[in-house]
Amino acid sequence: MGRITLDKVTKKFGDVEVIPPLDLTIEDGEFVVFVGPSGCGKSTLLRLIAGLEDVTDGEIRIDGQPATDLPPAKRGLAMVFQSYALYPHMSVRKNIAFPMKMAGMPEDEQKRRIDNAARALNLTDYLDRRPGQLSGGQRQRVAIGRAIVREPAAFLFDEPLSNLDAALRVGMRLEISELHKRLDTTMIYVTHDQVEAMTMADKIVVLRAGNIEQVGSPLELYRNPRNTFVAGFIGSPKMNLIEGAEARKHGAETIGVRPEHIDVSASEGTWKGRIGVAEHLGSDTFFHVHDTGLAETLTIRASGEVGLRHGDTVFLTPQADKIHRFDAQGLRIA
Amino acid sequence: MATQHSRSAARIMISPAVVLLLAWMIVPLVLTVYFSLLRYNLLMPGTERFVGFLNYKLFYQNPAFWTAMLNTLLLVGGVLIVTVVGGVLLAILLDQPMWGQGIVRILVIAPFFVMPTVSALVWKNMFMNPVSGLFAEFSKAVGLQPFDFLTHAPLASIIGIVSWQWLPFATLILLTAIQSLDSEQMEAAEMDGASPLSRFWYITLPHLSRAITVVILIQTIFLLSVFAEILVTTNGGPGNASTNLTYLVYARSLLNFDVGGGSAGGVVAIILANIVAIFLMRMIGKNLDA
Repeated sequence: MGRITLDKVTKKFGDVEVIPPLDLTIEDGEFVVFVGPSGCGKSTLLRLIAGLEDVTDGEIRIDGQPATDLPPAKRGLAMVFQSYALYPHMSVRKNIAFPMKMAGMPEDEQKRRIDNAARALNLTDYLDRRPGQLSGGQRQRVAIGRAIVREPAAFLFDEPLSNLDAALRVGMRLEISELHKRLDTTMIYVTHDQVEAMTMADKIVVLRAGNIEQVGSPLELYRNPRNTFVAGFIGSPKMNLIEGAEARKHGAETIGVRPEHIDVSASEGTWKGRIGVAEHLGSDTFFHVHDTGLAETLTIRASGEVGLRHGDTVFLTPQADKIHRFDAQGLRIA
Repeated sequence: MATQHSRSAARIMISPAVVLLLAWMIVPLVLTVYFSLLRYNLLMPGTERFVGFLNYKLFYQNPAFWTAMLNTLLLVGGVLIVTVVGGVLLAILLDQPMWGQGIVRILVIAPFFVMPTVSALVWKNMFMNPVSGLFAEFSKAVGLQPFDFLTHAPLASIIGIVSWQWLPFATLILLTAIQSLDSEQMEAAEMDGASPLSRFWYITLPHLSRAITVVILIQTIFLLSVFAEILVTTNGGPGNASTNLTYLVYARSLLNFDVGGGSAGGVVAIILANIVAIFLMRMIGKNLDA
């Protein structure tokens, strides 16, 4: 079981309020991703849940039990750190055994769990090595192994993939998702990478300056961003946000159109522009279009086969039902 | 240092320093060994003659020899224990955020800058003196007989004085090592349910092992040759209760004017230092490997 409730949780460092009163419920078995730009308080929030920082005000409940004043070890949570935080002088086996040894678990039970974890994480051949002799991805798996042997109520991940190279990151992303499907345990995952958030989460919590901007499933956030911040943060490439006269035509201060919701034509369309940079990814091509008469450069996404190049003139038409409208405060107009 | 050319250039450039250093070490060493084989007494000039290993035999048969040997090892071992244990504890204390941290750190480091003769005299006259010392005052204040440290516990007193001098060195090195400990490792251990004591034992202490090795090796070099503290406090006494090998060599050559015997003692000291060095490297040298 791992249902975590935050009730008006507040964190101040001196006079600086990092997290204003915040309410959030994380259901049992959910994969929740905290996402936001650096310095938005997502790591602090995770550390508050872990118990590594003291809550200034408010209450944290785990499975209905008040946990605000419990020390980290008593909360039944396991954490995977950004730097992995493996113990460098211990072998992989001892690293994984450490939390069980601290809990005074019998040796044969320890051994059974280590073997299970090692098999699940492909670490069996590395159990007697030191962390220094492992690659980044293997260290990551040891850190996860150390977390799963405790059979915690919830896993906390603090930007666990940010030290890995791009190819490994995609692989580990998949492994963590599979782990979640298999264990069916609550996981809270902090990242600044919206792709990780979109691909892994059951529920995304978008944070800015300690405030929750929106909570929802990846597709909810993609389809119905509550404000311009979420609209610009979720989705890659970023949503085109257009202000001024063009927006007022639609009865809004700002309108947003995703790059994939703009149709490209060589002959006719709403906006006429010139292609600046074209990024060919093979499957897709991203065009950055200038001189459309709008203040903003537009990004559009076309299929990889479109035969347009730098300097070509194009006509763009936004799909009418996919235009997001926002008011002067940046909030969505329904 | 990649090409043949740059390697030979490097050798040529360092050779003057190497030659100079070699001469600096070899000449005194050879002279010491040479003197140790002569009957060479400053009170009887002109009677020097070759006596073989007689000086070694006499030095070895000197009743003070084994006492001096034991005292040397006790002194080194005692100071190492006090400074390493005390240094680790002080380093952890100084690593805690507290008010006036800067001043406290300077105060802790200060004893290292006091020269040995001065600090030994301060301890002897201001603290340990059975009549006017501070410790005597304390004893009298609580109605106890003042304890004459340098008479009744001479070696322990000297261990105390020397430890006081070297504690800052150990603390400083261990403090920098503690500060390089990754805080996420500590937090991970905290989440893993390790108590503060287990965190110290399983995380902090292994992290410090390399720094502790450095402290032990460097201090041993200097502690084998402690001299000034003994000279100004006990003069090796009472009897030879606080005589170490260095002091014994001094006593032979400059109090008995027996340069030959003193040189033989010097050679014995070199051998002892090397034995200690071999033992230390065997025991803890592996900590220095990355």
